[in-house]
Parts: sequence; structure tokens; C-alpha cells
Amino acid sequence: MKQLVILSGKGGTGKTSLAAAFAHLAREGACPVPLVLADADVDAPNLDLVLQPRRIEEHEFVGGSKAEIEYETCDGCGVCADVCRFEAVREENGKFEIDPLACEGCGACFHECPAHAIRMQPQVAGRWYRSESRYGPLIHAALLPAHENSGKLVTLVKQQARLLALDGGYAGLLVDGPPGIGCPVISAAAGADLALIVTEPTVAGIHDMERILETTEHFRVAAQVCINKADLFPAGTEQILDACRRKGIGVVGCIPFDETVTEAMVRGEPVTAYRPDAPASQAISQTWQAVVLRMNIISRKS
Amino acid sequence: MRIAVASGKGGTGKTTVATSLVLSLAADGRGGEFAPGPPLLLDCDVEAPNAHLFLRPHFERVWEVGIPVPQVDEARCTACGRCAEVCAYNAVAVLGAKVLVFPELCHGCGSCARACPEGAITEVVRPIGVLRQGTAPGGVDFGHGELSVGEPMAGPVIRQLKQQITPRPGQVVILDAPPGTSCPVVEAVRGADFLLLVTEPTPFGLHDLRLAVQVGRSLGMPMGVIINRDGIGDESLAHYCESEGITVLMRIPFERAIARGFAQGRTLLETHPAYAPQFREMVLEIGRRIEETG
Amino acid sequence: MRIVVTTTTPDLDSPVDPRFGRGAHFVVVDTSTLEWQAHPNPAAASSGGAGIRAAQFVAEQKADGVISGDFGPNAHQALTAAGVGMYLFGASTSARQAVERFKAGELESPGGSVGQGRQPRG
Repeated sequence: MKQLVILSGKGGTGKTSLAAAFAHLAREGACPVPLVLADADVDAPNLDLVLQPRRIEEHEFVGGSKAEIEYETCDGCGVCADVCRFEAVREENGKFEIDPLACEGCGACFHECPAHAIRMQPQVAGRWYRSESRYGPLIHAALLPAHENSGKLVTLVKQQARLLALDGGYAGLLVDGPPGIGCPVISAAAGADLALIVTEPTVAGIHDMERILETTEHFRVAAQVCINKADLFPAGTEQILDACRRKGIGVVGCIPFDETVTEAMVRGEPVTAYRPDAPASQAISQTWQAVVLRMNIISRKS
Repeated sequence: MRIAVASGKGGTGKTTVATSLVLSLAADGRGGEFAPGPPLLLDCDVEAPNAHLFLRPHFERVWEVGIPVPQVDEARCTACGRCAEVCAYNAVAVLGAKVLVFPELCHGCGSCARACPEGAITEVVRPIGVLRQGTAPGGVDFGHGELSVGEPMAGPVIRQLKQQITPRPGQVVILDAPPGTSCPVVEAVRGADFLLLVTEPTPFGLHDLRLAVQVGRSLGMPMGVIINRDGIGDESLAHYCESEGITVLMRIPFERAIARGFAQGRTLLETHPAYAPQFREMVLEIGRRIEETG
Repeated sequence: MRIVVTTTTPDLDSPVDPRFGRGAHFVVVDTSTLEWQAHPNPAAASSGGAGIRAAQFVAEQKADGVISGDFGPNAHQALTAAGVGMYLFGASTSARQAVERFKAGELESPGGSVGQGRQPRG
């Protein structure tokens, strides 16, 4: 069972639009590849907006814990404020308060409070869902705004998707990843057979592409690049092609800037389903074929 | 005055807006009506910092930041397991007679060191990123953080960036936040006087703006919206803002020229200097709103 | 020998749970008598480092080996430090079957250094 994760470094390069198109092509293209879909961008999940799935199951996600002061027992000694390293304990007029948004749930105050006046409360930090879309099952999640443990929720989404794929005999997992290079991205990339890095030919896009490529290399995940909005700045595209050549990383797609992509998004459809003949759709189709080939090649090697 | 620029969805134009704000204020020779001197830009997107590519600051100081992680003195350790018991992150484990530390899971809270009855644990700072400080052309003060590749936690770098690169008295601070709505974003925008949300008029933009608004509400911050790439989608976003009582402070219409300029590393103001007065006016408006709510 | 198997239900005849750190249950088995006892996985609620917590539990059980579907790098490091052998259940469908295959020497251990694109999973 193969795992493809779509990453970028920089936000807004087109990961989700591409993931949706791939989901469509995998289901209804010339060579169908049955896939389980997973939206690993739990901060700002968007894949379901384009796939418009039917929700089947909903579960709570408990992240970490937060410290809470029991005021009947608290004697205002202030040790909690002394030991907290995250600026989460504030004092006003002798009363100590814990800021739940700053509290990291480490328990330092809980362990040190001489009056045992602090308890650690597990927090529901979000929800995860199993849904059914036109193009296959979708596991997705939403972290409650301002909560933490994105990485843990991402891991949960991927595990559930993987279990579903194993049970149902699917050929693979298609994971729409988050932006950045930190914990949620590392969790999203874990165990992937291929990371497809979607970049754009802009100064910022190229800079962040280098960072995400360093990250995938650090964690030994094979990577290939897809250049979105490639004709926006040809010199930038040349720069990307050069950089990838030097690193020995394949560029599997060059997708032109095409307003059809936004039109499709507004209509809630993958662009390849909305207008298969649009320039972006054709380029995405070629990219998908290259990716499928790439993953088969990788499987033959191992 | 501290203005945090955030978005929810990535790629909507936070850096475009943040850099335009500081350059507009600096061009006036002052930080707007509220402070003398040019502003300070803090790029808090430590996983993928971009503002320096546009402002091209000259860095005067570069230094490492890190997290204090436990180091166990095996001569004193009795493998009692107390350190593992208190660790909320399973970053310390006692297996047989050995204590194993998993530094990438450690949050640096110090609980294990305090809990050890033998005094066998000392804390050693493990570097996870760098901070850079400098000045950009136009006199803008600049600071950013960069998380080292392979490190999972952006939060500590953002926190230390804000603690260690500070404004002059009365200096206006613009914070460029990371995309998303979780912990790193909260760390970046906490303590700011106003949350300026940059979005685009598409379903993704609207969906993620709702989430960003919830972050602002949890933090009790006054908010306003800038609609970037106006014209590429529809009016649902503007209707949402109206129904929620969130002011749209500015609209930047989509133009291929702006996109191309951005691609080449040119700020919005370099492509369209005429936007500068609009940004300055917006900062004055933000200042008025802060006074109203404060 | 004492062997631990990760299972989905607290039963020796339960299907094997492919996750070590976040598997639902641990069944501890004496391989000669096939006496067994099931425990809920204490690591399931961990906010991070579940594999490490699970490894500590396995070590506390004085297990000689553990059978599961997959061991992350942290779990691998912790179990190695504890001197507990790791085995992959492969095609076994139940914990009982996995134990029988283990006794017959048919189970593989995870390959050498946990490289091949493995990374912490949180």
C-alpha cells in the first residue's frame, strides 16, 4: 500500500487543489487507483470543501491537558507563577490565574504546588471525521482554533486512513499536507513513499521549497517537485528546474497559472472534473500520470 | 502599538501586507501618528520566514535559541523513575536501569530536574533555531526567527523572538504571523493590540477566515480584515464580514502585475507606490479602534 | 518466555493491532503455557511519545519480546535500551496465531537501523 503526501513549505501554492484533482483522476481516470484520502492540514482543513463528502462518523480528539487552579484550596503562594516557563500564570491583586491559551500542560505547577491546588484537565482539542466522497473515503479533522497538538491529530488522521486502506484493500493513501516544516508536516510526511512538493516560481516559494526539501531529506522521505503557476515568472521556474537538477530531484509537473482552478474551487469541484480541457487540468493530468509511474518505480526497487 | 498580521489560510498575502505596512509607515518618516521613527517588523513565521526576502535587511546580530533539555548524571541516578513519572511528554523514560532522554519531545518545562530526588538532572540548552536582527532600507527595524530543519516545535523560537527583539519606546510593531490557527499562530499574535486578518475571496479563504476570527475572539483582540486578490472569487466573504460585524479595512484587487512583482521579490509598494497612503490611513484607523476598545 | 502482543480487543484470540504506541490493548503471554492476561494500553492517552510510554509498560511487564505491526523510531530506541526483542506479526490474523508463529521462529524483526524514511510520529 503506497502513501503519497503533498507538501509545499510555503502556504497557498495549490496543495489542496492538486490533491482534489488527483483524487478525481485516481477514481475516474484512465487507470483507476483506489485511494483513501486524508486531509492532514488540521489547522485549516479545506479538502472537504472541494470534495463535498458525506459525513459518516465523528470523534472527539483529546490533545493535551491544561492546568486549572482550585481556588478553595489555593493559598496564593505564587509557586505556580515561579515555575511556569510559558508565561501562563498571571497575578492580579494577589489572585493567580492560568491563561489556558499559554498553558502548555507540562504539569510543572501541578507537581510543585505545595497546597495541591492544581489539577490537570484533559482538553478536547478538536474533532476527526470519516466521510465518503465521490472519489473515495476521506479522513479529515479540525483542530479547535487556538489549540495545540496539531502533530498528534495529524498522526491520528493518518493512522485511521491507513487502517481503512489496509482493511479495504485500497492501493494507497493520498495525504493533503499542511504548510510549514514543523511538527504537523513531520507527522504528515512520516511513512510516505513519496512527498510531492508543490511550489510556485516566486522568490518566497523557492526559498520555502528549499526548506521543505531539506526537511524531507532529513527524514529520508523521497521527494519530487511540481511547479504550480509555472508561467507566472519564467525566470523563477528556470531557477527551480536548475535547483532540482543539481539536487537530483525530479520535477514531475509544470502547471500553468489558470483562473479555471479558482473557478472550480468556487464551484466546489476538482478542476479536472470541472473543465478537463483547461490548460491546468491537462497539466495536472500529466503530473498525476508521472506520479503514479514514479511510485510504481519506487515499489519495484524495494 | 502592536499589530499582528495573520490569516488562517496560507498564501493569502500576510507578508505582502506586513511589508507594505512597515514600508508605508517608514516612508512617511515616522511610525504614523502614534510614534516617532520607523516601525519594527517581526517575522514570526519561523518555519518558512519570507519577509527578509522582500525587505532585504542587513543583519547586525545572529544568535541561536534553544530549549533546556535534561542531562542525567548516571553516577547519581538511581533509576527511581520519578523523572519519567512527571514528564507530560514522555520525553524521559526509565527502562531497566537506564534513563533515556528524547530531546525532540521535550518542552523544556524543568519538571524532571525539579523532581529528581538525587539532583541527578541538569538542564542543557539544545539549539533549535536562530534569531536575526537588523535594519532594512527605508530605516525599518527587522527581526525574524528561523526554526532549524528537522525540529518540530516552532513555539519556543517565536516566544524567544518576541522576548529578545524588542521595540524602542513607542515604536510601532508589525508582527507577521505564520499560517494556520493553532499554537504557533497564538504564540505570534498574543499580546498584540489588533489582529489584522488577510484573506482572499474564495471558499478556502472564507472557511479559514472564520477559524482565524475564532482565534481572535478567544484572545479577545479587536480585529479587522483585508481582502487581498479581490475579484478572483465572489462576494460571500464580504457578506460574512458584514454579518459578523468585522470591518473590511481595505481591499487589494487582484492584478497580474502585483503577482508578478511578488514573484520577483518586489513588495506591493514597489509595484504600486500609490498604495502607501492607503496603508498609512489604515494604521491610523486601527489606532483609533484600539483606543475605542482599550 | 514472556511475550507481549498488541491487540484490538483484550483477548488472545483478538486480531492483532498494527500500532505499537497507540494499539488498544497489550496481551501478555507465557509462550510455554499460553497463559495470558490483557491490559489496556496506558500510552493510548499520551499527548506525545506514545511509543516510549508503551515501551516502558512492556519493560515493566518483564517481557522478553513484543509482537506488533510497526515500531516507530522512539519505540525502537526505547525497546532496544530495555533489551526487549521486537517482532512483526506479518500475515498473522490473531494474537494467538502470532504467538504460534513466533514460537516457530517465523516472525521477522524490524530491519536493522530504523532508517528507510522513518521519523518521529508524535
